[in-house]
Amino acid sequence: MKIKKNIALNDSGFIFDPSTGDSFNTNPVGLEIVQMLKQGKSQKEIGAFFLKEYSVDEATFEKDFYDFVNMLSKLKLTERDENEKI
Amino acid sequence: MKRLVYERPVIQRLNAGLMNKYGTKTEFVPFTHIDGNAVTDLISTYGSPLFVISEKKIRETYKDALRAFKTRYPKVQFAWSYKTNYNNAVCNVFHQEGSWAEVVSGFEYQKAIHNGVPGNKIIFNGPEKSDEDLKLAIHNGSLIHIDHLDELYMIKEIAEATKKRPKVAIRVNMDTGIYPMWDRFGFNYENGQAWDAINKIMLNDKMDLVGLHCHIGTFMLTPGAYGIAAAKLSELATSTMKKYKNKIEYIDLGGGFASRNTLKGSYLQGADASPSFNQYAEAITTAILNAGFTESELPLLILETGRALIDEAGYLLGTVISNKRLSDGRRATIMNFGVNILFTSFWYDHKISPAQHFGQYFEDTVLYGPLCMNIDVVRENISFPPLKKDDHVVVHTVGAYNMTQWMQFIAMRPAIVMIDTNNKPHLIRKKETINSIQDEEVMPSYLKSFKL
Repeated sequence: MKIKKNIALNDSGFIFDPSTGDSFNTNPVGLEIVQMLKQGKSQKEIGAFFLKEYSVDEATFEKDFYDFVNMLSKLKLTERDENEKI
Repeated sequence: MKRLVYERPVIQRLNAGLMNKYGTKTEFVPFTHIDGNAVTDLISTYGSPLFVISEKKIRETYKDALRAFKTRYPKVQFAWSYKTNYNNAVCNVFHQEGSWAEVVSGFEYQKAIHNGVPGNKIIFNGPEKSDEDLKLAIHNGSLIHIDHLDELYMIKEIAEATKKRPKVAIRVNMDTGIYPMWDRFGFNYENGQAWDAINKIMLNDKMDLVGLHCHIGTFMLTPGAYGIAAAKLSELATSTMKKYKNKIEYIDLGGGFASRNTLKGSYLQGADASPSFNQYAEAITTAILNAGFTESELPLLILETGRALIDEAGYLLGTVISNKRLSDGRRATIMNFGVNILFTSFWYDHKISPAQHFGQYFEDTVLYGPLCMNIDVVRENISFPPLKKDDHVVVHTVGAYNMTQWMQFIAMRPAIVMIDTNNKPHLIRKKETINSIQDEEVMPSYLKSFKL
């Protein structure tokens, strides 16, 4: 799963999708995840970063991460990875 | 190294200029303390969920209500509506403030007697009063509000057999412009039933007709309806005095004043939509004062206000069990309290506050209770910060009806704590245990064993 390349982000959590004209806002944790996904980081890398930097346990982050990524997909902010199996 | 504070990631589509059925966020600060007691401390001591009652708030609200009426009318008496909250400690706060008791069943009558309320300060309302209930009430000199003719005949028979003169009032239903009209209780004013009942009582001469009672509805947002009710009861009182030379000692306007809760579907928040005690008092007292009573004839004004006196003093503390995502993308949060103990969530959009600090980001959320029943929805839609498992919340304005209409269904009922005026918490009802249910059950011997 990859985040759309053309979406615009700013530091306050505002997200703009030029392909649909939709805009979104996200909280600091959500922004950090979107930024890391945009940089092409894997789930493993993102998880390791959060467990190190934030006061969160592995199970909680994993649950929240999947939920958040599903929301990104539902909001059409993701695109299919070419290597991803159908 | 100190790690950063984690908050669950949330994302929301921005819909500028569109109506949002979830409304705007209403919580800007966490609600961490009740009368100086930390929510977390209360939960760790007494468990979660937990009902908490502020004695200070009860007394303040009672004094406000009394002041509103006493500054406008010389003779005012409140009678605490037991069905609204008949926890003994709660009742006794009202009795200490001077409230009589208003009961609607033999069970509630026994509670009032047990609490030490003198029999002649108990108003006995309701459609169901057994022969034993009536005998006891007559013996104690209680004020019996007759609901139907069968009850009137029962009282007449007891009066004849015991040679006692019961003190009675009739309950009158009437058109005050409010829909639905509560005409299932008492005798109708417009079609002459009320006069018929008065005539029967006066001509039989076996009981003393001391009062007239009505209760026009519940959560009444129109004070003017009380003005109409007071005028009609006053007309009956003055006519009875004229026809039978019988002084009606009191007029009882019942209850039904709205609290500051928000009814489902209401455009305005309850705090903005609900009339004040002053508005109700103005409508009622003006009607009685203008009804043609001489100063010495002015009846005592009795009020059976329940909800508006206790609702705001009650809080329900609860805990997050889990967060889920519904199929349509909405956030769902499951709480450890549901409609089983928060019965009023069927008709109110209760104000619910997180009990710990939260960020500025909110999500459209459905709050569910813990019951394995689809109807167990506490709030269909609320804009809520992202809470996590084991976080606490405080539900506001739950003092009326929840602690009497609560159900032992699927789960046990929680404890109730009252915080006194010195901010000290007291356990006033223990949390139920399995024995609370099992002790009442009886197993036939042939069903005691089985093999699987």
